[in-house]
Amino acid sequence: MLTALQQKFRTWLFRPKIESGTVTLTQRRIFILPTRQGLMLVCVLVLMMLGNINYNLSLGYVLTFLLTMMAVISMLHAFRNLAHLEIYAGHAHPVFRGETAHFLLYFNNQSQSPRYQLGLVKTGESFWSTAPATLKIDVPARQVIEVAFPLPTTQRGWLQAGRLTLATEFPLGLFYAWSYLHFDTRCLVYPKPMSDVPLPLDNSPDGVGKRSVAGDDDFAGLRKYVAGDALPHIAWKAYAREQGLQVKQFSTPLGEEVWLDFFAVSDRNEEDKLARMTRWVLDAEAQGLRYALRLPDGELSAANGITHRNECLRRIALFNLPAPRTEFPSARK
Amino acid sequence: MNKPLTYGLLLSILMVIAPHADHLPLWVSSLCAGLLVWRAYLAYSGHPLPQRWLLLLLTLASTGVLLISFRTMFGREVGVTLLMLLAALKLMELRAARDAVALIHLSCFIIITNFLYSQSIPTALYLLATLLVIVTTWVHLQAPNITLKPRLRIAAVLLLQAVPLMLILFVLFPRIQGPLWGLPQNAYGTSGLDDKMSPGSMSGLVLSEAVALRVSFTSSPPLREQMYWRGPVLWDFDGRVWTKGQPVRSKAMQLDNLERPLDYVVTLEPHNKTWLFALEMPTQLSIPSGLTDDFQLQQKDSVTARLRYNAHSQLTYRANAEETPQQLQRALRIPADLNPRAQQLAAEWRERLLSDDEVIREALAHFTRENFYYTLEPPLLGLHTVDDFMFNTRSGFCEHYASSFVFLMRAAGIPARVVAGYQGAEYNDYGNYYIVRQSDAHAWAEVWLHERGWVRVDPTAAISPTRVQSGLSAALPDNIALPFMARNPPQWLRDLRLNWDALANQWNQWVLGYDAERQFAFLTRLGMESISAMKMALSMLGGTALMIGLFMLYMLRRMAARNTDVTQQLYLKFCRKLARAGVTRDAHEGAQDFAQRAMRALPRHTDSIRNITAQYLALRYSPAGDGQKAARDSRINALRHAVSAFKI
Repeated sequence: MLTALQQKFRTWLFRPKIESGTVTLTQRRIFILPTRQGLMLVCVLVLMMLGNINYNLSLGYVLTFLLTMMAVISMLHAFRNLAHLEIYAGHAHPVFRGETAHFLLYFNNQSQSPRYQLGLVKTGESFWSTAPATLKIDVPARQVIEVAFPLPTTQRGWLQAGRLTLATEFPLGLFYAWSYLHFDTRCLVYPKPMSDVPLPLDNSPDGVGKRSVAGDDDFAGLRKYVAGDALPHIAWKAYAREQGLQVKQFSTPLGEEVWLDFFAVSDRNEEDKLARMTRWVLDAEAQGLRYALRLPDGELSAANGITHRNECLRRIALFNLPAPRTEFPSARK
Repeated sequence: MNKPLTYGLLLSILMVIAPHADHLPLWVSSLCAGLLVWRAYLAYSGHPLPQRWLLLLLTLASTGVLLISFRTMFGREVGVTLLMLLAALKLMELRAARDAVALIHLSCFIIITNFLYSQSIPTALYLLATLLVIVTTWVHLQAPNITLKPRLRIAAVLLLQAVPLMLILFVLFPRIQGPLWGLPQNAYGTSGLDDKMSPGSMSGLVLSEAVALRVSFTSSPPLREQMYWRGPVLWDFDGRVWTKGQPVRSKAMQLDNLERPLDYVVTLEPHNKTWLFALEMPTQLSIPSGLTDDFQLQQKDSVTARLRYNAHSQLTYRANAEETPQQLQRALRIPADLNPRAQQLAAEWRERLLSDDEVIREALAHFTRENFYYTLEPPLLGLHTVDDFMFNTRSGFCEHYASSFVFLMRAAGIPARVVAGYQGAEYNDYGNYYIVRQSDAHAWAEVWLHERGWVRVDPTAAISPTRVQSGLSAALPDNIALPFMARNPPQWLRDLRLNWDALANQWNQWVLGYDAERQFAFLTRLGMESISAMKMALSMLGGTALMIGLFMLYMLRRMAARNTDVTQQLYLKFCRKLARAGVTRDAHEGAQDFAQRAMRALPRHTDSIRNITAQYLALRYSPAGDGQKAARDSRINALRHAVSAFKI
């Protein structure tokens, strides 16, 4: 009964909801509680007070009151450290399962005072844990900084950033001020590609391993490098001009055409099948083949290029998964 | 634990322990110093901290030695010493953040223990600086990546913002009269009059320039030579030492023929004795105390803390015109086998002269006639102290004169006794009060005369009238080794000292002496009616809550004000003006579209609308280069001017 009430109270108080766009930490969103260190200081102050009364130490009173009020003021400072901070979520680049997903968050500090020692953790995890998941952020005055919040990936599909706790104990560690951030940002997690599997070159729709015209390579432009791109296609000249890693794109795809067929995979486990197909997509793209994808819920016709690759990976990643659900559907405004 | 943080903690502990060094046992001071140096070396060299078992051993050993040397586990001294040791030892096992927090709390607590020994202004300032160091370290613990300067600034801001709130609490927190446990212990490092007097005891005391009491007169002050601050009365003489002796049955004290009343307030520095000082003769006192039958003001407990009282005295009086025979007998007792020559001289006077008055006059005349010499450094006296002084050395300080005079009177059959106290005072113009120092310590005599009771006779005044009129330094020859300030310091130095003392006096009265009584008086003066502890507590809470609320508002305003920049604010003001004229800007509407619409709606203001919009757009969408801040500011000012001039 009591726990139920407590739960209700919490739900009401913290009003978790998923947000998009910019979140400004207003007074209503910031919560403050004393820390264990704060309670310890209270004990010390009580002891000091007893000493003052017993020995009639006027300066002792001054010191005790000064420390007490400094502790109270530090609460305001902890609060201010979060107040009116603007936060918005950025993109999270897709990763393969097992890699760390990085959710980009932007902290905009418009005030003239810097924000120190903001800790960002997944809600429920300890603020002071030494786990790498605890991020410590300083936001200088009048600046926007980008923070990549890391989350481990354990399964393919959409990974929700979930509810994050932004907390601070600055400046004296006596008060713990925190706010919840729950953005509708998510990261696509591809299956972990199986290693050392050959491409099913015999699956070509029009005969065994037939090569398409090995014609002239029509250079069509450059695009940004994506993990898994074939090394020979990297525009090293552009890299030398310090334009970053770029990949040459060609209008007429090179190489062979291949079917990546779910039903042709021999693995028993569905996840293994998807892992193998992921590897195929990467290899096919890397070798410059035209490849088509066939999954039980649809097909993608043969093509080549980063867009095609991403679409294939996306289809594989999301295959046979329920539609993404929000964690707190009822509380949504 | 990073290095700078360790240094910060080391400095904090060093600063809180350092003032204790002069009263800690030497081995504790050295041990603490050794530990600090060792810890600093370990931090500097990066060597690992000592093993736990070693620290445990060290802790147990030093605690053991401490308990053995103090022979007790309880009490202030042993507690403070133990705290120092623990703080220094705790530094040696500084491993986690938790240890650092414990050290910071400990150093805050140790600050308090310093106040047991001194609460003077320099101490307060020093410990305030210490507190700043501690808080800076505290902030450092939370935010290891902030550099020293901003860290110091944050700590200073925290402390400064706490000051007004602290003042509210200090004034309104209901004071409880201590002690809660234990007996009040002796004040530390005091000097003062003793209830014994022997040759040399006074001259040792007068070298001290410490303040004995401060007096402010509510009625017009008496002359300096009338200021006899009465202390212990000494009856018994063993040939060398005067003591209070055993009281005998006597008449209760009784004063009549009182004239020339005086009202004044005394602030007595703690001297760890039970007597209080007042001008002869006191008749009323504002605190519970007794006037003994020999007119000593006495309290039940020792004066272990600064004490304030109002006193009422009468400069002209007749004290105990009737005395019991026992009491008079006591005032005549002398060791029969000592000082034969003095006894003989007294007997001769007695025989030759008729009245007691004449004997007294003769004795005083003897001192002036026989070339007696007033000095701080009298030669040592033999077994017959009075004889030696009267007939051989002939040089002495007030205790020699008082002692010999009383001896002579008793030998001549006149009841007499020695009174110790202070004579004179220094006027402090800056605070309109008088300072009585230990160097004003004095001893004089009282004789009992028929019908006239106890009459004060000061033999020192006969030999050296300047002593009572102008003070010690004027009365002594220049080659006597007096403390520098007791001599004739330059005027500016004297002024400086008086200024400082006036400040210290205010500090003592209002900060250190702010007790339940002062609080009541102060709050009444502030206009608070029917003061109760409850009411004080409520107004204290209300006051602090209000202050904190104001701080909060200020902070939030500051934070929120940054959300829109000045240009935007000015433009919004312009929009509000237009809205009043009926042209309201839609949320989606751009500045230019809105301007077009506004110009159509208000054709008379076309120019100014176009002008302001153009200025706004130029400011808002042109890059703000670093070097052009001044130019940008002047453009902002132009916009501000245009917006305020814009009238519909």
